[in-house]
Formats: sequence, C-alpha cells, structure tokens
Amino acid sequence: MQQLTNRSKVVSDKKMTFLEKIYLPAIVKGMAITLKHFFRKKSTISYPEQTRPFSEIYRGQHVLKRDDLGRERCTACGLCAVACPAEAITMISAERKPGEENLYREEKYASTYEINMLRCIFCGDCEEACPKEAIFLTDRIVASEYKRDPFVYGKDILVEPLDPNKRIDVSKRQTESVLKFKQNKRFAHNK
Amino acid sequence: MDWTLYIYKTIFLFIILLVTLVVAMYSTYGERKVAAFMQDRRGPNRAGPFGLLQPLADGVKMFMKEEIIPLSANRVLFILGPSIAMTTALLTGVVIPWGGNLTIGGREFSMQIADLNIGILYVFAMVSIGVYGIMIGGWASNNKYALYGSIRAASQMISYELAMGMAIVALVITTGSLSLHEIVQQQHGMHWNVFYQPLGFLLFLTCAFAETNRAPFDLPECETELVGGYHTEYSSMKLGFYLFAEYINMFISSAVIATVYFGGYNMPFIDQLGLSPNALTLLGTAFFFMKIFFFIFLFMWVRWTLPRFRYDQLMNLGWKGLIPLAMFNIVATGVYYYFFELT
Repeated sequence: MQQLTNRSKVVSDKKMTFLEKIYLPAIVKGMAITLKHFFRKKSTISYPEQTRPFSEIYRGQHVLKRDDLGRERCTACGLCAVACPAEAITMISAERKPGEENLYREEKYASTYEINMLRCIFCGDCEEACPKEAIFLTDRIVASEYKRDPFVYGKDILVEPLDPNKRIDVSKRQTESVLKFKQNKRFAHNK
Repeated sequence: MDWTLYIYKTIFLFIILLVTLVVAMYSTYGERKVAAFMQDRRGPNRAGPFGLLQPLADGVKMFMKEEIIPLSANRVLFILGPSIAMTTALLTGVVIPWGGNLTIGGREFSMQIADLNIGILYVFAMVSIGVYGIMIGGWASNNKYALYGSIRAASQMISYELAMGMAIVALVITTGSLSLHEIVQQQHGMHWNVFYQPLGFLLFLTCAFAETNRAPFDLPECETELVGGYHTEYSSMKLGFYLFAEYINMFISSAVIATVYFGGYNMPFIDQLGLSPNALTLLGTAFFFMKIFFFIFLFMWVRWTLPRFRYDQLMNLGWKGLIPLAMFNIVATGVYYYFFELT
C-alpha cells in the first residue's frame, strides 16, 4: 500500500531500554518541545479588536439601498422572496400616496420587509433576483442575540440610513461582470 | 515578655500569609497563561491589563456560586475536608526561612516565623495531615467517584512520602541538621545541596509532584476517569478551597525545594557586592522568590508536557523505582561520609 505520510512507525512491544525506563531523557525532550512552543507566535486572533481580512465579496447582513435622492429603491415585487431558497423573506406591499414621492421611488413599495436571519443562508440569490438593485449583502456580521425574536430583521434595521455619509457601501459586491450585466437595456429604467 | 518580638512576629506572620495567598492566587493565572502559551494560545487577557484581574474575577465567581451539600453527605466532615486541606497548606509556610536577618532599630529580627530544630519533620507532618483533607472530603461526599479519588490520594501519598522521606534522610546525613535555618546557612556561597545530592533532588522533586497531586501524578482528581475525583461533589468556595490549597501546596513545595536543595535565600557572589546587611537580606529574599517562581513554573511546565500516569504505573514507579533508588542514595551517602569524610 502506498504510504500517505513518511511519519508512520511500525509498532512493536519490545522491552524498554534502560534509558527509556528512567523516563528522564524522554521527559527532557518533551519539555524542550513545550518550551519551544512557549515562545512561538500565537495563532489567536483577538477578535473584536482584530478581525480576519474579509473577502471582497463577503455575504453578510443585508441592506436595503436608497437611491441618490434618498428614496427607497424596493418596489415590493417579491422576486427576492421567490428566489430565496430558505424562505426567509416576507414583505407586504403598499401603494405610494401623493406627497410620498420623496420617500419611495416606485409607485408600489414595501410597507413591511422582514428577513429572518436564522433562516437566511446568505446565498445572495435575493440580490441576484432583485431588478431594482435594492437589496445587497454586505460585509457586516449579524449580531448574536439571546432570543429568537430579534433575529427577524425589519425595515428599521435593513434600510440604510438617509444620511449620505452613513450609506452602506456595496460597490465591492458589484464586480465587473455584474456591472456589465446591468448595462443591459432591459434595466435601463433602473438608473 | 518581649513585646517587640511578638509584634514583629505577628506582622511578619500576616505578611507571609498574605504573600502565600497572593502567590497562590496568581499561580492560577500563571498556570492558565503557561498552559495557553505552550499550546500556542494567549490565555486570559480580558480582565484588566494582560488579564491580571482574572484571579479576582475567578474568586468572585467562586463565592457567588450556589453552595450545594448533597443530602446523603456527612455535613460536618463535608465542611471539615476543605478546611483541613486549606489550613494545613497554609501552616507549612511557618518554618520556611524567607530571608536572613533584618536589623530594625538596632535589633536583629529573623525573617523566619519559627526556627524549629525539626523544621523538615514539621513540613512532612503538615503535608501528611493535608491528605486527611482530601480523604475526609472524598469520603464524606458519599459518592463513589469521590471515594475512589480519595483512596487514590491516600495510597499515592503513602507511597511517595516514603521515597520523599528517604531522599531527605540522605540530605540530613550531609547537612547533619533538621533545622531549615541551619540547612540554608550551610549552603552559603555556592555550596547548594543539589550539587551534593543530585539523585536525592530528583527523587524529592518527583515525589513533590505526587504529593501536591499535580500532573503527571494527578490521579486523585483525574477528570477522564473519576469525573472530578475527590472534589466531585464540591461546589462554590469549598471547591475553591481545594483548588486553592493545591496552589498553595505548590508554592510551599517550591519554597521547600528551593530552601533545601537550592540554597534558600543564598545567592552567588553575594559577599562581593558590599551592600548593607539589610539590603543584602532583602536581595536574598528576592532571589529566594525568583527560585520559588522558577520551580512553580517547572511544576506547570511539567504539567502541560507530560500525560497522566496510569495507576499501576504510578505504584510501580513509586515502590519499585523511587524507593530502591532512595535507599541506594542513603547507603551511598552514608558510605561516602563514613569512609571519606570523617567529621
């Protein structure tokens, strides 16, 4: 049989030699190994202060984007909910009343939009399904909670803040191929 | 009545008690740090800078935990067990010479609480009583694992105390005194006993590991076989007392090893420094504590290197390995002193 490593040793139950019997050489050898590890670089990453570098296209907590004028992009078409393999997304649509044009970009909008973060598998299909470029996954981590209820994120958490300085940057998620795909004339209305 | 002496002794007693407790407290921290470092981890570093407040947090945790006394346990003995363990652990520090003489206001004060002329025997006596704490605690719990743990502790202590005593007998042949103060005095300069009794030192060290129930001889509390060993049923600060007693024992054992074999508070080239006597004494004490800390580190180093012995291996090593070696050591020392160094 082909050996996987060159470290395997044939086991035998031969009598221990005198040096092995007094244990001391083996103990000293073992202690030298542990002492070597004592001064070795630690492999721990002290998490809240240090983080591992995230992938450019990390798929974390979702964001519902606003457009340049601060209007919600989502039109509550439900395609994300349909695309979702975990059935984590629910929404209720409503009609935009006159005078609300500065709040919602489309005539129909989502009055509630909820993602159950315990069901979500962060596959990114919602993002792909969205015709309005309204939902994106970001490199933010979903915070832990003590109970289940708070994991159902509503619009208060998902929609990005109005303040232009506090907008969530999703440009990293839009790779070249995505941008190219979005050049398609069919989505021209979505500018 | 010599009141200044009494006041000095009382104050000194409290200082030693405090130092013992603090060192034991920070041994728990050191243990976790050493363990972590040897496993390429960082260890506790959240409570305070470098995690230095971790022992305090652990203590608070221990006190806040629910105190459970099993219904079928013997209540009196159940409480007596950890008390004995803790008390005897603390008592041993009395005879250890922590330093030379301090001159305060023209009077000389010894940095040793009691200079018993049988200091070593006193240490042995206290260590032997310490096993009662474990025995009583394990038996009173009315739990088979606890009982197993305490039986193991008892037989282990008896086996290893023999070898330990014999190692000391050989040492006493070379020193001619049982007083720890005198043994330290004789080691002035670089005449450390470890150079005259290397085998005895190895035996003593091995037995010290067994006496303090530390790995690789921690069979009384062997988690993998006996749940928690003798302290299975203990919770809250009574458990804390047992764990704390182990660390105090470790500190005291290190102190005894440093005193008996490594020259105590003597340090090399101390006569050439030309300092005042008080400064020399304090320097010696500092050096003594450095030795102690080294041995505490050695205890931890061994613990995180070696796996636990199997019980029959432990008994084999004790009865067939260490005791014959200790006897040989006595005979060899005796022969040497009888024929070559007639005193």
